Formats: sequence, C-alpha cells, structure tokens
Amino acid sequence: MRELLPLSLLGGVIGLDVVCFPQMMYSRPLVAATVAGAFVGDATRGMLVGVVLELIAIATLPFGASRYPEWGSAAVVGGAIAATLPMERAGTVTLGVLTALATAWVGGLTLVRLRHWNAWLARRRRSALDAGARGTVIGLQLAGLTSDFVRAALLTAFAYALLFPLATRASAAWTFSGPVSRSVVMCLATAVAASAAWTIFHSARGSRWYFAGGVLVGLLLLFAR
Amino acid sequence: MDTPSVPAWTWIAVFTRMLAIQGSWNYESLLGNGIGFCLEPALRRLPGGVHGAAFKQAMARESTYFNAHPYLAAVAVGALARAELSGVPAERIERFRTALAGPLGSVGDRLVWAGWLPFSSLVALVAFGLGARPVMVVSTFLVLYNAGHLALRAWGLRVGWKHGLAVAPSLGTPLLRRGPAHVARAASMAAGAALPLAAARVLDAAPSTLALVLAGAALLSVLLIRVHGRVEGYKLALVLIALFALISVVR
Repeated sequence: MRELLPLSLLGGVIGLDVVCFPQMMYSRPLVAATVAGAFVGDATRGMLVGVVLELIAIATLPFGASRYPEWGSAAVVGGAIAATLPMERAGTVTLGVLTALATAWVGGLTLVRLRHWNAWLARRRRSALDAGARGTVIGLQLAGLTSDFVRAALLTAFAYALLFPLATRASAAWTFSGPVSRSVVMCLATAVAASAAWTIFHSARGSRWYFAGGVLVGLLLLFAR
Repeated sequence: MDTPSVPAWTWIAVFTRMLAIQGSWNYESLLGNGIGFCLEPALRRLPGGVHGAAFKQAMARESTYFNAHPYLAAVAVGALARAELSGVPAERIERFRTALAGPLGSVGDRLVWAGWLPFSSLVALVAFGLGARPVMVVSTFLVLYNAGHLALRAWGLRVGWKHGLAVAPSLGTPLLRRGPAHVARAASMAAGAALPLAAARVLDAAPSTLALVLAGAALLSVLLIRVHGRVEGYKLALVLIALFALISVVR
C-alpha cells in the first residue's frame, strides 16, 4: 500500500478537474484510469479499464445541478487496482471496472455534499459578499477549490484502501475465464454506450444513418486488419 | 460611450480565473461567486481601485446568483466587464444577467456536454480500437477536446467584450445554432465505428465471440432505450457486474 498516498494526491488533482479546475477533462475515465495505471506500472491495463468506463460514462452528462457519478477519482481507483493485481489472473479488468463504478457512485454523493458545504460557507459570509468584499469572493473560491481537492483525495484514499484488499481476495478466488469475464463487462458497457448514443444524438436529423455508417466503417476496418 | 481599455495581463488573469469559475459552485448562488472572482482583475480598473465604492458595488452585484455553462460563461464575463467599466447603470446590468443566464446554460450543455465531449471520447475510442498506444489514445482525447474547449472560452470572452450588453445576437452565430446538430451527427458516426472497434480490442478474442458480444449489447441497448429515464446505465452496470463478480467468486 505504499502507493496509497501518491494515488490519493493523484485522485485529488484529477477529482478537482471534474467540476472545479480546470475542467480540461483529464478526469474522464479514459485518461484518468490510464494515468493511474501508468502510475503503478501498467498503463495498458489502466487503459482497458478506462475504455470500459468511458463507454459507460458517455451516458452520464454533467449538466449543471444534476446529480452524476464522479468519474475522475473513481477511474484512478479502478485503473490502479486493475494495474496492481497480478497480471495472470482472469478478473483484473472486471474488478477494476467494478471498484471504479462503486467509487463513482459514492463520489457523486460526495459532490452533492460539497455543494451544500460551499453554500453554507457562502451563507456565513453573506454580509461581506453584499458589501462587495474582494477578499471574501476570492476566499470562497479558494475554499471551494481546496475542499474539492481534499474531498477527491480522501475519496481516493478510502476507496483504494477499502477496495484493493477486497479486489485482491476476489481476484484470487475468481473462477470465470478471462475471455468470459471481459465479454460480460464489454457487453454491458457497449450496451450502455449504444443506448446513450441513441438517447443523446437521435434528435439530430439523420443521426441513425450516420451511426449505421459508422458501424459499417468500424466493421470494415476490423476485417481489413 | 468610449470603449474602456484593459491591458493584456488583465485578460490573461481573467482567462486563467475562468478555468476555476466553478470553484465554489453551490445550490444557492450556483456560478455567482465564480463570476465575481473572474471579473475581479478587470473591476480593479474602476475609479478608486479596489478600495473605491464603484469596485465594491460592482463586486457585490457580480457575485450574486448566476447560472450558465462554465465555458460559455466567458460570454457573460466579457460582456459584464465591459458594462461595468463603461459605467452602465446597475439596473441594466442586473436585467442583463437575468436574461443571459438561461441561454448560456442550455446552448453550452447541448454543444459541449451532449456534443463535443462525447464526440472527443468516441474519436479517442476509435483510436484505441485501431491499436493506438495509451499515450496516443489519451493525447487524441485531450488535444481534440481542449482545442474546442479553450477556443470556446476565448471566443466567448472576446465576443462578450466586443458587444457588451448587446451580445445576445452573437449567440445566434451558426457555431452555436447549428453546431450541436453537426457535432451530434459526427458523434453518431464515431459511436458506430468506436463500439465494434473498442470491443474487439478489449476482448482480443475470436470473431464469433465478438459477434456474440455485439449482438448481446444490441439487444440490451434496445431494452435500455425502452426504460430510458427509469434506469441509469452506470447503476445497472454496477449491479450486474457486482452480481457477476459474486457468482465468479462463490461458485
């Protein structure tokens, strides 16, 4: 568990990107899980977890006040767990995805708490805000940023500390083969992504034909390789 | 009314702060404090500087409730900076803030969250499916996404500053009016290509296995579309993968 502290800091930095700063989307699972995998020594396995999570994450749109899972810290946890488990075991990617999904769900709840916390801080400084106090405006912004970093780092630390031992035991007792495990996870992720693509894009005229064209191109590229 | 002048370093400060505009986002004032935070370097140029009454009144006004997409909030920041530095009456500024919030939210959500973001993800997934290495996959996503992201913020700030309180017609630009539909079509195509390619690389199995997985995914996706709004995809995936893991461990 020597990696716990650096991973927590990585989770903090990446979790901060989800909403607060700088929203360059390196918190997307594809990026965050790959980086976390590289961090513990296996970028490719981190990327495999990231790809599956990215397909699932396409369905969750981060609209303003809506509640959505926090993919950044979660992908760090999942990518790092998958990359740390013994390579020869069959369920590593599946367990990485599972631990990330669980963390993303809890992470979404922590984001809601953070927003209530920010509102409480602002309420306490109402009179200073009404007076146009520059220090208060800047202070609230910095307090929010700091709180979010701490939230994401603690989430990563707790999730990794709790889930890594569980994943290690589950991995040792895993009975399904690698191909079966990956097939189940990929089938679910592809289904979620396909339904999300329909839901998000179907209102654009002709989008179903573009989708069909894309499938054709994808299959042709597969056969061509 | 003369165009107020703002030095380049102030714009750099405003732009950098816009990257943290949601730093204190909350359910009461939403983006409000962030708007005040971003405008602060520009408002220092008001008569009397940071200790003057004009600065304090402007800071108080600009730090109240505001809602917008975080990237398109740049339009509001640019327009409000110009209005405040030009001495536009407070009532007009407040009316403008109220009127602009809705459109900046809905347009940005459609263009970015439901358009450019999934499009960039799907293009990176195509790169993954074609065998790209981790660095290439990650770079494809980050470069593509942030080219649009940073350009949109810079455009918003520029157009807001240029037009001030008369910025509303700029929101009718073809980029914002027709852009979401074009991006949605491109993303549909990328989705169609990415799904089989990404599945093939993750599975790394025989074509028959891939066909089975894609057929199963197609059936399941039809079911998910039918129950849309009642079941969240990621929660369903969490429950089903947890069940699968449980069976694998205890059987």
